[in-house]
Amino acid sequence: MIEAVPVEVEKNYLTEKQGVLSWFLTTDHKRIAILYTVAVTALFFLGGFFALMMRLELLSPRNWLVSAETYNKLFTMHGIIMVWFFLIPSIPNTLGNFVMPMALGAKDLAFPKLNLLSWYVFMFAAAVTVYALFRGGVDTGWTFYTPFSTSYSTTYVVAAAVGIFISGFSSILTGLNFIATTHKMRAPGLTWYRLPIFVWSMYATSLILVLATPVLAITLLMVAVERIFQVGIFDPALGGDPVLFQHMFWFYSHPAVYIMVLPAMAVVSEIIPAFARKPLFGYKAVAWSSIAIATLGFLVWGHHMFTAGTSVYSAMVFSFLSYCIAVPSAIKVFNWAATIYKGSISWDTPMLYAIGFVGLFTIGGMTGLFLAALGFDVHVQDTYFVVAHFHYIMVGGTVMAFLGGVHYWWPKISGKMYPEGLARVCAIVVFLGFNLTFFPQFVLGYLGMPRRYAAYPEEFQFLHILSTAGATILGVGYVAPLLYLLWAWKYAKPATSNPWRATGLEWKTPSPPPAHNFESTPVVNTRPYDYEAMKEELDLV
Amino acid sequence: MIPSFRLFPDSASTVSGEVNGFFICMLILCSLMAIGIAALIIYSCLRYHRAHERAIGDQRRYNVPLEVTWTVVPFVLFVGMFVWGARMYFDIERPPDNAISMYVVGKQWMWKIQHPEGQREINTLHIPIGQPVKLTMTSEDVIHSFFVPAFRTKQDVLPGRYTTTWFEASKAGKYHLFCAEYCGTKHSGMIGWIYAMPRKDYQTWLTQGAAEGSMASMGEKYFHQFGCANCHHFNNQGRCPDLRNLYMRPVQISTGETIIADDNYLRESIYDPNAKIVYGFHANIMPNFTGVIQPEQVAEIIAYIKALGPQPGAQEPSNPGTAPSTYGAQKGLAGPGATSISGSEVQER
Amino acid sequence: MSDPVALELREQFATPEQQRETASAGMWIFLMTEVLMFGALFSAYTVYRILHPQGFALGSSEMDILLGSINTAILLTTSLMMAFAESNAQEGNERWLAICLIAVMLLGAVFLYVKFSEYIEHYHEHKAPGFWFEDSSPYANNVQLFFVFYFIMTGLHAVHMIIGIGIMAFLLFRTWVGSFSAQYHTPIVIGGLYWHFVDIVWIFLYAIFYLPGLHR
Ligand code: HEA
Ligand code: HEA
Ligand code: HEC
Ligand code: CUA
Ligand SMILES: [Cu+2]
Repeated sequence: MIEAVPVEVEKNYLTEKQGVLSWFLTTDHKRIAILYTVAVTALFFLGGFFALMMRLELLSPRNWLVSAETYNKLFTMHGIIMVWFFLIPSIPNTLGNFVMPMALGAKDLAFPKLNLLSWYVFMFAAAVTVYALFRGGVDTGWTFYTPFSTSYSTTYVVAAAVGIFISGFSSILTGLNFIATTHKMRAPGLTWYRLPIFVWSMYATSLILVLATPVLAITLLMVAVERIFQVGIFDPALGGDPVLFQHMFWFYSHPAVYIMVLPAMAVVSEIIPAFARKPLFGYKAVAWSSIAIATLGFLVWGHHMFTAGTSVYSAMVFSFLSYCIAVPSAIKVFNWAATIYKGSISWDTPMLYAIGFVGLFTIGGMTGLFLAALGFDVHVQDTYFVVAHFHYIMVGGTVMAFLGGVHYWWPKISGKMYPEGLARVCAIVVFLGFNLTFFPQFVLGYLGMPRRYAAYPEEFQFLHILSTAGATILGVGYVAPLLYLLWAWKYAKPATSNPWRATGLEWKTPSPPPAHNFESTPVVNTRPYDYEAMKEELDLV
Repeated sequence: MIPSFRLFPDSASTVSGEVNGFFICMLILCSLMAIGIAALIIYSCLRYHRAHERAIGDQRRYNVPLEVTWTVVPFVLFVGMFVWGARMYFDIERPPDNAISMYVVGKQWMWKIQHPEGQREINTLHIPIGQPVKLTMTSEDVIHSFFVPAFRTKQDVLPGRYTTTWFEASKAGKYHLFCAEYCGTKHSGMIGWIYAMPRKDYQTWLTQGAAEGSMASMGEKYFHQFGCANCHHFNNQGRCPDLRNLYMRPVQISTGETIIADDNYLRESIYDPNAKIVYGFHANIMPNFTGVIQPEQVAEIIAYIKALGPQPGAQEPSNPGTAPSTYGAQKGLAGPGATSISGSEVQER
Repeated sequence: MSDPVALELREQFATPEQQRETASAGMWIFLMTEVLMFGALFSAYTVYRILHPQGFALGSSEMDILLGSINTAILLTTSLMMAFAESNAQEGNERWLAICLIAVMLLGAVFLYVKFSEYIEHYHEHKAPGFWFEDSSPYANNVQLFFVFYFIMTGLHAVHMIIGIGIMAFLLFRTWVGSFSAQYHTPIVIGGLYWHFVDIVWIFLYAIFYLPGLHR
């Protein structure tokens, strides 16, 4: 550790103002980040609770714990909460909000009030959705396929759609804020190629947020209109086209999966150089690959519809483009591995999570390659193979990276260290629990176990039991960090301003930072991750 | 204790072998890649573990040849995967000409299947092995998906239109039929069995079932019952188009376009006649039969219209010995069901 | 004496230029969102138009081309007024700025009035989608689909107009209390961007809903 610059001397953003109101009216991006963290953590455990209920139900081939109706609501609410109320806002709005302005050497985001507004909008949206839940839930699946959602389901579809619709505005506001901030708020000397990859990836994420979310909003609006007025926009009985809904939904939701993974890549691209004490290998390739993913991501939505009865030729185009978009992901994986090679590696918790991310993302991504193969997808579409694919990326990838990022920036956020030994153990528990939960699902999927099944033929039971066992381990692995981080907030030893000797601008200000981030606006004249140039400053040899 | 735990599903159709092959090749390639990357990372973590608190890593930032390599090599591999996947897809999507044609109606939460010979089944499907079977499917309500893991085929079943799939069972046995598109409360109960049996057994099975008559002959019955025959006579072409020799032939419609009279078009002509008007005829004459004729009956009427004219590539109906006439729709027409329009009249066209 | 520009400088910015550029960047990004939002509707509309040409033709023959054209003219005039407002703001001509803003608001209100009277007309003719919809043509369902899109798209546009008028009212208020000057009038420019965008959307709506009716 670097010898501590005394931290407690000045007021920091946590102590600057006191009282509950000072939190609810704050425009400080760091405090808003914390507001978001509290909210998404609560929602994650709610979604996780639904997952546990599902896993328990699937212990037996018959409905032994919940009825089929309830099971259908469980996976729907699990999907909705996890996707829109946890994963999409998770990294951008918590770590992104906290770190972005500091990484740019700015005092705040471009539009601080909009930032706070976006939190309120998000909370309101979450409240509407949770209301739908308590009124009895929704049973359409997170994909809201028509005409089931518009004409057949008897559950609270409109309320859930409205909740998601509103949360979309929160996403758009955040994206808009990040883009404007990146363009206009960079510190003197901070050219595009001097930006940390974190910022590049957040920028790419924001582009998708801004361009894709409105399409979802419109789609859900049409679903609501159709349900309320019984007018048949997507119902073939009235001249509508149910497949058009799928096109519109996936036009948003495929880019949305990159909203979920790009921020994770952002975090990992910070952690790996910091714990390898090495510049990120292939900086420009990694930076531009994020942009490539964001743009190509808009062109592959049709790969969710290979068995929906669309034309063979359009399916071929979508399949080919899906392979194209895997190339930038591959570039990233190879560059991360190359960064670790010949580094000065430490095995601190964030690094363990980051390496876990690389491994699990690679597996998840590679199974995406299986799915993108037309003839193969026909077999595994809508089976547990797909479930395993996306959990590998979203849970194994993004949630891992999120936890890694939380540990990495924890000293900055709270001003305290966390219990390192315990944290490492938990990281390993999460990794093992995760694989036990989701690896069997690949086998299940290839065997033909369809997804969204409340009951299933007996021959699948053994693998389901394995999966459930894994989920309980995973649950423990998730609850533990919550407990020890809360403990650390109060009781752990104070952190220095740069405990990892990392290079980002956020590490140049005390932990926790003062309300306006920097005593004086920093001037940048080095390349990113330039350990060589910062040797003196970081006391390295 | 655990009933038949296994790692590989049954492989019982002509395409399942190739899908397995693809799966295994991908598995090997991706495992090698993943293990390679993991090995590099783990090796680096051990070998370059930080020597002391203040140690710094190697400072190399990039290597252009390397970057190019790991962009181009994956891309080339990906193109290979794409081509293989697309080839399989063509096999899986394109039914061969000699396939027997069956009709499937999905509804919450059951599968209803009609054999050309007239047999009807619910949640089971009997098929002969070594014979391609083409399914023309529609739904009465929401989207379902017809999924037979052992055959590696799956096709969504949509309301308001026909979709098709096909398979050729290669191994006799009893296989799962699943609904793979979430369709409401009992989605997980919308399952059934496929019985693939040697041809001889299938023939026996066909004769056991008490079918009222072949699909085409039932269709003919409905053609009269619903009054189609009142307009669509076969002697003069007055207000209505002649339906003989229509199936799979080009039809010019009033907008000037020419379309092929496939199952979807015939279906639409019955449920929404005004959607496409045949060139030279008037809208608003043919009544709309939505809600009057059930989807199964439409399938039978289509089978009848089909039998009114030879399918392109298929043999004339009376020509014995070919697969379609043994199993196909034409058989029924030549049988006792065909009354007002005799087989010979059909052949005239 | 306090410099009005410095007064308006928010704490997160270093210079007024930075603040101005950021604000307009923000608006441009917001408009990108809007483009995609209407874009989705335009695409869906196009798909159905191709699927059901007869029904959609019947639907647009129900449109009142005269009212539509009047409204188009009104909106184009408001855009002109908005442009005047911006140039007056640049010159620090506050009085004329206020007058132009009032003109924009008033004409906007007239537009909405015309639009809503059209809605009411459609409602009385039983063309508003829903259970009160009636149509005797064989393409009733498709006509209804046309009207669904008509109401959603022009309705969404009307919502944008209402918000726009609200923004104008806010700008007028700020003009009135003297916040703007030749040096500082960013909000007028930003508000103008929004207003022009809403106008452009209308041009497209006019083209897809009203003009095809001329063919009949
Ligand atoms: C964060 C989320 C996320 C991400 C990043 C991805 C990434 C990818 N996804 Fe995934 N996907 C989902 C979330 C995600 N997906 C979800 C939620 C669903 C289901 C939705 C639902 O139906 O409910 C889904 C479904 C889905 C389908 C449809 C399946 C179906 O329903 O039939 C397909 C098909 O093409 C697909 C493909 C891909 C591909 C090709 C990638 C690529 O981007 C992956 C690229 C990455 C790599 C390839 C790994 C790294 C590469 C290397 C190390 C190179 C070396 C390797 C070799 C040369 C072999 N995904
Ligand atoms: C970010 C996204 C995300 C995340 C993090 C997860 C996390 C998990 N998911 Fe989920 N999942 C989805 C997104 C996600 N999922 C989506 C989009 C679908 C598709 C939905 C659809 O088909 O429509 C899906 C579907 C899905 C299915 C398929 C259901 C089906 O098709 O029938 C399964 C089955 O095993 C599953 C399991 C799990 C498990 C075990 C976890 C675990 O990682 C969860 C671990 C967490 C815990 C175990 C919580 C521990 C907490 C407690 C014990 C405290 C609880 C207490 C209180 C509430 C106070 N998920
Ligand atoms: C009252 C008269 C009338 C009746 C009854 C009627 N039709 Fe028609 N049918 C027409 C007319 C007129 C057309 C041509 C205009 C059009 O395309 O809609 C037509 C067209 C068709 C076509 C398209 C023909 C082509 O050449 O493309 C089919 C198929 C068809 N009818 C089937 C049926 C069936 C099946 C029934 C009974 C269930 C039926 N019709 C009952 C009048 C009728
Ligand atoms: Cu039918 Cu699921
Ligand atoms: Cu996708």
